[in-house]
Amino acid sequence: MRGIKDRVAIIGMGCTKFGERWDASAADLMVEAVYEAYADAGIEPKEVQAAWLGTVSSFRTGQPLAEALKLDYIPITRVENACATATDAFRNASYAVAAGIYDIVLAVGVEKLKDSGFSGLAVPEAPGSDVTPPTPPPAQFAMAATRYFHQYGISYEEGKHTLARIAAKNHHNGALNDRAHFQQEVSPEQVVNAPMIAWPLGLFDCCGVSDGAAAAIITTPEIARSFRRDYVLVKALALSVGAFGALRSDWDFTHFPESVRAGQSAYQEAGIANSREELDLAMVHDCFTITELIIYEDLGFSPRGRGSDDVAAGTFSMEGQLPVNTDGGLKCFGHPIGASGIRMIYEVYKQLQGKAETRQLKKADLGLTHNLGGRPGSFTCSVAIFGAAE
Amino acid sequence: MVGIIAWGAYIPKYRLGRETVGWGTSSGRGLERAVANFDEDSVTMAVAAALDCLGEGNRQEVDGLLFASTTAPYAEKQSAAIIATALDLRRDIFTADITDVLRAGATALKSALDAVAAGSAGQVLVVAADTRQGPPRSETERNSGDGAAAFLVGSDGVQAELAGSHSITENMLDNWRSAGDAFVRSWEDRFATEEGLERIVSEAVAGFLNKHGLTPQDFAKLALYGPDARRQSRLARRLGFQPDQVQDPLFDQLGNTGVAFPLMLLVGALEEAKAGQLLLTVSYGDGSDLLSFRTTDSFVWERRRRGGLAGHLATGRTLENYETYARWRELWTTDEATRRPTPAAPSVSALWRDNDKNLRLYAGKCSSCGYVQYPAQRVCVNCQAKDDFATVRLSDRPGEVFTYSMDYIAGAVDLPLVVSAVDFQGGGRIICMMTDRELAEVRVGMPVAMSFRKLRVVNGIHNYYWKAIPRRFEDED
Repeated sequence: MRGIKDRVAIIGMGCTKFGERWDASAADLMVEAVYEAYADAGIEPKEVQAAWLGTVSSFRTGQPLAEALKLDYIPITRVENACATATDAFRNASYAVAAGIYDIVLAVGVEKLKDSGFSGLAVPEAPGSDVTPPTPPPAQFAMAATRYFHQYGISYEEGKHTLARIAAKNHHNGALNDRAHFQQEVSPEQVVNAPMIAWPLGLFDCCGVSDGAAAAIITTPEIARSFRRDYVLVKALALSVGAFGALRSDWDFTHFPESVRAGQSAYQEAGIANSREELDLAMVHDCFTITELIIYEDLGFSPRGRGSDDVAAGTFSMEGQLPVNTDGGLKCFGHPIGASGIRMIYEVYKQLQGKAETRQLKKADLGLTHNLGGRPGSFTCSVAIFGAAE
Repeated sequence: MVGIIAWGAYIPKYRLGRETVGWGTSSGRGLERAVANFDEDSVTMAVAAALDCLGEGNRQEVDGLLFASTTAPYAEKQSAAIIATALDLRRDIFTADITDVLRAGATALKSALDAVAAGSAGQVLVVAADTRQGPPRSETERNSGDGAAAFLVGSDGVQAELAGSHSITENMLDNWRSAGDAFVRSWEDRFATEEGLERIVSEAVAGFLNKHGLTPQDFAKLALYGPDARRQSRLARRLGFQPDQVQDPLFDQLGNTGVAFPLMLLVGALEEAKAGQLLLTVSYGDGSDLLSFRTTDSFVWERRRRGGLAGHLATGRTLENYETYARWRELWTTDEATRRPTPAAPSVSALWRDNDKNLRLYAGKCSSCGYVQYPAQRVCVNCQAKDDFATVRLSDRPGEVFTYSMDYIAGAVDLPLVVSAVDFQGGGRIICMMTDRELAEVRVGMPVAMSFRKLRVVNGIHNYYWKAIPRRFEDED
């Protein structure tokens, strides 16, 4: 098993402004993201040999990408894999390059959610007997929060405050990012006192629903050198799919095995022994504040049950030991499902290149992205790790 | 000996009462009535009463199920089949809905006893339930309550032997509701009472007494239908019964529960009866069906774990305002524009395929490793053994809340929606909605029971499933 480490590189990326893009169709968003990536890489559209389009509900096939970009009869595959969709499109594109099938490929993630007329997440489901609770994601993740507080003997007030600090941290970072949907700071008190969405999660514990797109141009390290010196190397691409927690009465709701497994697999591929020590930054799937707290522990950033201590110590803030969600995360970008994974890679790419403007970290050589799709008990999880060019 | 082996009742948790803001108590009477929750209907209440009746008994011995109601969910599609499936009865049984008239409960009971007497069935389960509705703030609404009764009849282990029956049929429109009408209609009160109820029931009771050579004094209790307290007591007097012979009609606590009413009163009479007493139940509607029972010499009423009539009566909770009730009955429409889009209708083929999963609430227990998993799987989640499972019915197992959340954006009724992960005694976990809950009592570790409920109606398809409820009775474990 050779793995993907150092076998492919990113030479160009693009990311739209995320938000309620009433002005833009999904096709517009793709054009915006991909043309930024073309310009960033310095390539002509006709140099793209194959493409992967990640979207959950905006399109059914790869065809809309060809139509929007007028790609030249190249192969295009549409990828759908829940909240890991964009990262999985990126993963499949990378593998095609690593296999030597293509030299230069394009991975795009896009989602247009704001045409549904409904302020929450409206994703159609396949016909069934329809008896599972009709709960949108907040209530599902709130069950993890309830149990987390219970298991570790954390009072409601203490738990809410820890979660609020996570939201405040991500809003602080997002306020520095003009591509974010929400660019204002919030105080922990605001977070705690916000209207309840799904107890114990309030409004600011939940990420928004937004439109957006992001794109990456992937090639081999050899070719990458001919384009630029500050290309970014792929160190690991892991995916873990599980549906067992929901069936197991011994599963605790306070850890997500899919994150643990994807993390372990990525660390092994990248050769990382201690994620907290070795990583310089991480973009993780903060669909809800409780999710980010549990991810700290699942990815080995914090010991089990001790995530709150690290939150209190500021470990994951911009100035901390391991900055998490430096771009503002899902909290500030919202979650256009099929776009989020590549949006995260975009931030890591910019940080590793030293081009993250006011958010730039002092040291940024190794970064991680993490997506978690589904619901507690049944997730699709991707973890990707990127390193700066040697 | 043919008669009643076991009985049970169900009364919904919620009440409209004196403290309910906006509920008409202008007359000054301390009227209280039981009302089905938004996710209850005659089918779900029938299931609850039947479970109360069956207790720990062997459901495999039931050879038939008769369901009586004027408020069956479907005009075409049998409710008894839904109920029999939810109760996990055998497949080779006969089932029927006996509907459209207020005396249908007594008719069903008589038919079941006849089937046993004829030797065509060993045990038959009879369930009667109603959720009749009058227009908002009408007299019908004020007087009506929701509830259900169930009887297991047979020839072995009889507690109350059938002592006789009598029927009259007379075509009359005094109360009626056409297909498509939401509310019950009535003709002028004095016609309905004097020319209908009083004359017909008097004739039926007299016919019964003559036929069997009995007098009113021979009866310990009379379980008598009546639309309200005044008319019922007047009717009892006219029939020659003393007030202390009349089973408490519970008009101030329950309301007129329609088809279920005389049967619920019979349950009440049985709960208070002693050995060797004669009881009479009298129904009314397009005539009358009467049934009389004599409790056996060895009669004992063991309080069943789910509470019977008395237990359910004692565990009510008064609604704070009429608006809640109006919302439940869709008398008060809510703006759902900003809410989650209405779900598509369930797939009928999937519903059929999922009968065991959804209605019987079967989990699988791996024969190799013993792990209980819901829904039942083809491949074991614990040891990956394939297609080697025993069936475990979770619907009557007590459980405990492992975790939960309270969703404030899930819809417009019953906010917040409590979603719970419930662990069952003996293994297995379900993630399901919780209903009949008071927010202050919901907690990790809370003891719950499963209750059959209606999730929603889309495209005329009534989708039923189980929800967790706080355990209503102390001894449920």
